Amino acid sequence: MLRSNLNTRSDEFAANAAAMRALTADLRTQVEAAERGGGDTARQRHLARGKLLPRERVAGLIDPGSPFLEFSQLAAHGLYGGDVPSAGIVTGIGRVQGQECVIVANDATVKGGTYFPVTVKKHLRAQEIARKNNLPCIYLVDSGGAFLPMQDEIFPDREHFGRIFFNQANMSAEGIPQIAVVMGSCTAGGAYVPAMSDESIIVRKQGTIFLGGPPLVQAATGEIVSAEDLGGADVHARTSGVVDHYARDDRHALAICRRIVSGLNRSKRPALALKPAAEPHYDPAELYGVIPGDVRNPYDVREVITRLVDGSEFDEFKRLYGTTLVCGFAHLYGMPIGIVANNGILFSESSLKGAHFIELCSQRNIPLLFLQNIAGFMVGRKYESGGIAKDGAKLVTAVSTTKVPKLTLIIGGSYGAGNYGMCGRAYDPRFLFMWPNARISVMGGEQAAGVLATVRGTFPSPEAEEAFKAPIKAQYETQGHPYYATARLWDDGIIDPADSRRVLGLALSAALNAPIEPTRFGVFRM
Amino acid sequence: MFRTILIANRGEIACRIARTARRMGIETVAVFSDADANALHVKAADKALPIGAAPPRDSYLNIARIIEAARQSGAEAIHPGYGFLSENPAFADACAEAGIVFIGPPASAMRAMGSKAAAKTLMEASGVPLLPGYHGGNQDPEFLADQAVRIGFPVVIKAVAGGGGRGMRVVTDPADFAPALESAKQEGASSFGDDRVLIERYLQRPRHIEVQIFADTQGNAVHLFERDCSAQRRHQKVIEEAPAPGLSSLQREAMGAAAVAAAQAVGYTGAGTVEFVADEHGFFFLEMNTRLQVEHPVTEMITGFDLVEWQLRVAAGEPLPAMQQQIDLNGHAFEARIYAEDPARDFAPSIGRLGLFRMPEAADGVRIDTGFATGDAVSIHYDAMLAKLICYGPDRAAALQLLRRALAACDVSGVVTNLDLLGRIAAHPDFEAGGIDTGFIAREGATLLCGQSAPPAEVLAALALAELLTEAEQAAVTAAASGDPSSPWHASDGWWVNSVHRRTLDFKDGDDAHPVHVSRAGANWRLGIGEHLFTGFAARAANGETDIVLNGARQRLSVTRDGEIRAVRQDGETWRLRLLDPVAVSDDDEDGADRLIAAIPGQVTQVNVAVGDTVAKGQVLVVLEAMKTVFRLAAPADGVVASVTCAAGETVQEGQVLVTFGEA
Repeated sequence: MLRSNLNTRSDEFAANAAAMRALTADLRTQVEAAERGGGDTARQRHLARGKLLPRERVAGLIDPGSPFLEFSQLAAHGLYGGDVPSAGIVTGIGRVQGQECVIVANDATVKGGTYFPVTVKKHLRAQEIARKNNLPCIYLVDSGGAFLPMQDEIFPDREHFGRIFFNQANMSAEGIPQIAVVMGSCTAGGAYVPAMSDESIIVRKQGTIFLGGPPLVQAATGEIVSAEDLGGADVHARTSGVVDHYARDDRHALAICRRIVSGLNRSKRPALALKPAAEPHYDPAELYGVIPGDVRNPYDVREVITRLVDGSEFDEFKRLYGTTLVCGFAHLYGMPIGIVANNGILFSESSLKGAHFIELCSQRNIPLLFLQNIAGFMVGRKYESGGIAKDGAKLVTAVSTTKVPKLTLIIGGSYGAGNYGMCGRAYDPRFLFMWPNARISVMGGEQAAGVLATVRGTFPSPEAEEAFKAPIKAQYETQGHPYYATARLWDDGIIDPADSRRVLGLALSAALNAPIEPTRFGVFRM
Repeated sequence: MFRTILIANRGEIACRIARTARRMGIETVAVFSDADANALHVKAADKALPIGAAPPRDSYLNIARIIEAARQSGAEAIHPGYGFLSENPAFADACAEAGIVFIGPPASAMRAMGSKAAAKTLMEASGVPLLPGYHGGNQDPEFLADQAVRIGFPVVIKAVAGGGGRGMRVVTDPADFAPALESAKQEGASSFGDDRVLIERYLQRPRHIEVQIFADTQGNAVHLFERDCSAQRRHQKVIEEAPAPGLSSLQREAMGAAAVAAAQAVGYTGAGTVEFVADEHGFFFLEMNTRLQVEHPVTEMITGFDLVEWQLRVAAGEPLPAMQQQIDLNGHAFEARIYAEDPARDFAPSIGRLGLFRMPEAADGVRIDTGFATGDAVSIHYDAMLAKLICYGPDRAAALQLLRRALAACDVSGVVTNLDLLGRIAAHPDFEAGGIDTGFIAREGATLLCGQSAPPAEVLAALALAELLTEAEQAAVTAAASGDPSSPWHASDGWWVNSVHRRTLDFKDGDDAHPVHVSRAGANWRLGIGEHLFTGFAARAANGETDIVLNGARQRLSVTRDGEIRAVRQDGETWRLRLLDPVAVSDDDEDGADRLIAAIPGQVTQVNVAVGDTVAKGQVLVVLEAMKTVFRLAAPADGVVASVTCAAGETVQEGQVLVTFGEA
């Protein structure tokens, strides 16, 4: 067992805990605000039409009492004037009839459920999660389509609106079920969501599907037609065949959807040696006191690991070598996992150790968990001449090319090439979550300001230099903040440290729906 | 004494007879119908023989089969129990013919008491008090008026051929007699073609008091005091007690003597019951039951004798085990009859399987006679009495207190029972005072029969916690059967990222919704019910019951589930609510229930409805002819016609809307 050396009665622990509690409290406040969607008036109007709110729809779809791993709750936080909470779309993984599914639910109370750039990104990310992890997709559609004023950031590019349907087609081709429940508008491009689905449901008097809505039809042809007659449930369930099932109301539609999922004939067969789960010996809630209030203060990452893994059991690899990277085997809810965790700056040795460890996990089909708290790779003549670049490259190669599921949790700083070596967003971790104390940027604000000041040359006075640096530091602080990151979908959500075990467990278990392919590594520069 | 007896009955009485026989070293043979193959009474006996199909006439009333079973098993005697063949003289004769002892009175005594009019005449001759009245042929109004005065007001005038209250008049004031007589005669003539009437004393608040008697073949006859069976609902006894409250020893003596006289008048042997109606003016013979009564245990409790043993000894020719001076009355006893019936629905019998059948522990002063166990079916074929709960104490107050506690401790699911009614009677101040009359339950019906208002928040909270516990248990079962039993996806605590997820459990009591809002708070659940907030959890007790901890207070309850029904019994009240399944798929396929559409193109030949008509699902609304075929288009659901968009003779296209419906 990994023994904790932490004094939970110390002043430092209390101070750390207080700082973290303030952060998680703010996180919950922000999430609560986001969950209110488009505000009370819009919600009341929505409910008055007999419709359920998006999270109620999710709750009515998933198995009663089962967890919902919602993604990127604070997407679009502070963007678009701050009035597109959760980017107007609820995504996550929930269990339907015992089967983990990706659920994508439009929030019609937010700008009519229209797609902003981050909405598109969030929808596509959910689809990517579904595709990578082989999870059926359920789309609870209630959307007016693209937010037209921003069409240039939504429509034309590769990762824009059209990609949604490309993904549907290709997932369907890969045998990943695509199910749409039309619970409101499904206009223009949105009409393709049910049309591209394997099976679809529509709610009478609520759901409508049309390529052009009544205003567009009138503008184009002069024909005046009601939404219901143009693309209502009766049209599509009886005449057009665009949908397959006709539902009386939201609950009925969700019930039909559950019935469909129960008949998908899929079973999850994790190809791992599973063990019975055990709670950690140390309470995960103590993580609040583990993490220093100031991100620059070092601490032993094993204090984190022992509060995450089953029975606080950690089988450490190369404990005495490359000590700034902690590697080892553990179990999370009975699932084997290889943990790669920063415990200082990355040196050549720690990079080599990390690469070696990833090879081991790849050979043994053991999923990887990266606990990121990294200022970067060591710099300086000695290290450059020692080949830290090629050693770092080995780690990056291993991280990039391994085929075992990767999970990344940013528990502190995520800076520079350290982000790469530790499986940042660009390295396709199946899931990436951040703690509310995390910071992410190409380098620290201090360092960036210093670099830019040096490049600029000399300053007449220290005050002038400080005046030059201050806005740079401020910019880095703003842009490195997890809210800034999560608003832009650089992660899959900010989580409460005390929930880390559960979130990682759910994510890892979901990842096991996809078979683990054999790894073929790239060339390791020797 | 007999070596082997056959018990020609079922249920609790068969079990009860077997118990005494076993104690006396007598082998018992049970008989059973097809419905009872696994019943408790079959297991209670040493041997058991099938006697036919479930309907009583094919089995428990089938004399030939029972005699055959007795022959086959070598039984020397047959105990008929109560009901079924117990008062059937033909059965007694058949036993005699077969050389088998019938454990009961001689057939002649049964016949004598079987005819009520003849019995009354016989009783009158033996000096047993009868209800004063005139049953003669003289119908002269003057004469009848004189008779009424002789009888004493109030009197009741009844049409001789009457029934069901027709041709019946109660007269309190002598001045009203003549007109009442006139109208009773008229009604009798018009209703029954017979204007003859009889006149009897009218007891406004009669009590039902009966005396247990016993006689042996040696000419000894004793009484074992009385039982008060006034707590009745429509002539069915509900709670009995012994002795009768408020009866003086003189009255007791007189009643006992009259009962013994009645028995001796018909040459009675064995156990019998002489029933009286009584009021403050006296007691009057009603009828005699020539069998062991359902409520005999209260007599056993206050005398300390086993009446079945007495029956067996008397039938075997032994003298009575005790003579009158050896029979003492000690303490007080109650018997409550637990029935599978719904008092709130006019006592409709309730059929079903007993998901739970919990009686209090038998203990000092608490006796349970039953023929049922958990899992047994309550069928349409037999009496719906599930059990008798008998409580004994040194005095009436002590016995009543035990009865209330014992009733509260009963719990039965799968059928609706009268347990709550019994509890409310036992708690009623009039019943507590003692001496209620037979009209008590009917009079107090409003409070006794449907005391339930809205379920208390604590009850809803308990049901919700029990439901969440069951959900967690089911999740654990699912998890264990899955390929990844430790997966956190199996959790059932409703966890959501960064958010407290609130769920609503939709309980319904009839049309009244009682939503319970639940959310997880650590190891506890938080429950919001109306204005109330609770914190608590449920745990499974080793005996399968549910330990509910609510705001720190712990209690053990049996919460039962039967489809949508969730039931719990708490503090003597049973709460049965429906829990709507939030994810159930409704079977009724009402696709497009708001309109009728032409399925194929054709000509309308008939339109049967107009706007505003109320239509029932399946009712033919429009007839269409197409391709030489007639299509009768029926209403897809119940509703009201909002518009008719076709007319006879019109040609319609496929998919055309013919009729639309609004909300009914």
